[in-house]
Amino acid sequence: MGSFFRELNRNKAMFLMIAPVLLFFIVFSYFPMVGVYYAFTRFSFDGGLFGSEFIGMKNFEFLFKSGALWNLTKNTVLYNLAFILIGNALQLVCAILLSELPGKWFRKTTQSVMFLPFFVSFVLVGAFVFNLFNSNNGVVNTVLAQLGLPEYDFYLHTEPWKYIITFFAVWKGLGYGTVIYLAAIMGISDEYHEAAKIDGANIFQRVRYIIVPMLVPTFILLILLSLGGILKGQFDLFYQIVGNNGMLFEATDIIDTYVYRSLAVNFDIGMGTAAGLYQSLFGFVLVLTVNYIIKKVREDYALF
Amino acid sequence: MKIKTEKATIVFNVIGYTIITILTLLCLLPFLLIVSGSVTPEKEIIAEGFKFIPNQFSLDAYTAAFSNTGQIVSAYRVTIFLTLGGTALGLFLTSMAGYVLSRNDFKYRNSLAFFIYFTTLFSGGLIPWYILIVNQLNMKDSYMALLLPPLLSAWNIILMKNFMKSIPDAITESAKIDGAADFTIYWKLILPLSTPGLATIGLFMALGYWNDWFLANLFVTTESKYPLQFLLYKILASAAVLNTNVAGNLSPDFRPPAETLKMAVAVIATGPIILLYPFVQRFFVKGLTIGAVKG
Repeated sequence: MGSFFRELNRNKAMFLMIAPVLLFFIVFSYFPMVGVYYAFTRFSFDGGLFGSEFIGMKNFEFLFKSGALWNLTKNTVLYNLAFILIGNALQLVCAILLSELPGKWFRKTTQSVMFLPFFVSFVLVGAFVFNLFNSNNGVVNTVLAQLGLPEYDFYLHTEPWKYIITFFAVWKGLGYGTVIYLAAIMGISDEYHEAAKIDGANIFQRVRYIIVPMLVPTFILLILLSLGGILKGQFDLFYQIVGNNGMLFEATDIIDTYVYRSLAVNFDIGMGTAAGLYQSLFGFVLVLTVNYIIKKVREDYALF
Repeated sequence: MKIKTEKATIVFNVIGYTIITILTLLCLLPFLLIVSGSVTPEKEIIAEGFKFIPNQFSLDAYTAAFSNTGQIVSAYRVTIFLTLGGTALGLFLTSMAGYVLSRNDFKYRNSLAFFIYFTTLFSGGLIPWYILIVNQLNMKDSYMALLLPPLLSAWNIILMKNFMKSIPDAITESAKIDGAADFTIYWKLILPLSTPGLATIGLFMALGYWNDWFLANLFVTTESKYPLQFLLYKILASAAVLNTNVAGNLSPDFRPPAETLKMAVAVIATGPIILLYPFVQRFFVKGLTIGAVKG
């Protein structure tokens, strides 16, 4: 302790310079960790943090027994798996094609356009969905009518939303991920390509035997890193596309939207906090596991 | 001798151009739909629905949007204020902390870095965080609730630290020998050398502020305090369009457009991003490569 104060005294300026940041995390990150206590109470607004009735594991028990926890976890994990696998595969394909196709102008333009969705807000994605699928005058139904096909009310069916949500998740991250893979491809030495060309390898063979094997480590690493966050849902995406549309919840409810509704719609603070705590704890274990695996495979890429 | 393009290369190029073109169009198409929706006459949409190319062209939606600009202008003002203020303050605090953590002679750099990093591994969740901001910090319906929560991120601080680590230690050391104070070294020497990192992280922050609607949705109740994206969200969500006083301002036979107005506001709220992103894109690309360096 004495040595800490000596250090503090000697490096006063340094401590002062980092103090606002530490204060910020204490207030906005560490203080709410105390609040997970709500998960074990029947929350009352008069009682506040410690005045609410303590009910032990009852909230968790309810979440588990009602099947809500299972459905939410299943949806969150499956959606994220789809986003990660389809997203990375497409990004990889785009990066390989963009690195080998001739035509500088074409490459630059298409890469820029594919990066565009990354910059717009999820509210705008909501506007797209409204424009395309709303039941009165959405584009899809307009086209169906022109083709003489019967109208389809998207808001009465859960099935299409899985694909719509996945489409926009992949759509938004395509350009960003492509850039990462492109950087990895640029790191491959030209010598491999030259040598392969001399040996008479065509472009498909070079992709198959040089580029793909060289990218596999990056691919696996990115997938592993994403798997660590597989319980974290993209609230913006789901909420802007589905909103509070109860009809569709069975297929589209993820932990994050459930927690949000507990807070903003159902005012079920205890239950929502419990679901959030479950997500945090389980997510924590996942990150530790993923980090352990990466450490075994590629020490230098471990998170900590 | 003329070099013949291999057959395989031709096949590859055809497949490649096709796939990339399709994906590029898919990225672009939703934007075109919004723009074409905003310039379609309301009547046509009611009768036939949204289309890729409207039969007729009309600027009614924009006339309506600009006839009562109060709401849009005030939302723009809130968003610009938050974006500039939040990014400037956030960058200052982030770079200062990043510098302290990058200094090898600072004894507690590792434990403090972990203290910050740990917040990305575990959190109390949305609800305790919400209750803190509303009950303990009393920020309901205040600009502070929009400005403070996104101010700092552990990732940005780590990114900044890694970037500053690549600046040679000799600069700090020689300045120390000359008797310069720590803050002076940071402000006069390190900060100017960090501009590429600052630009990248600053743009990420600015984009976050510009596109935020979630915080306003949780905390803001007064309409005049709505930021841009939240106003757009509200307009999209309302079945009967926002309270533009169009009817009062325009001739009596003018029907206020509802569906097209939504599209027009979407264009107005997104326009600046579309216009700016070609110029800032490269900073984001650079940021990805900085992020790849681990420290």
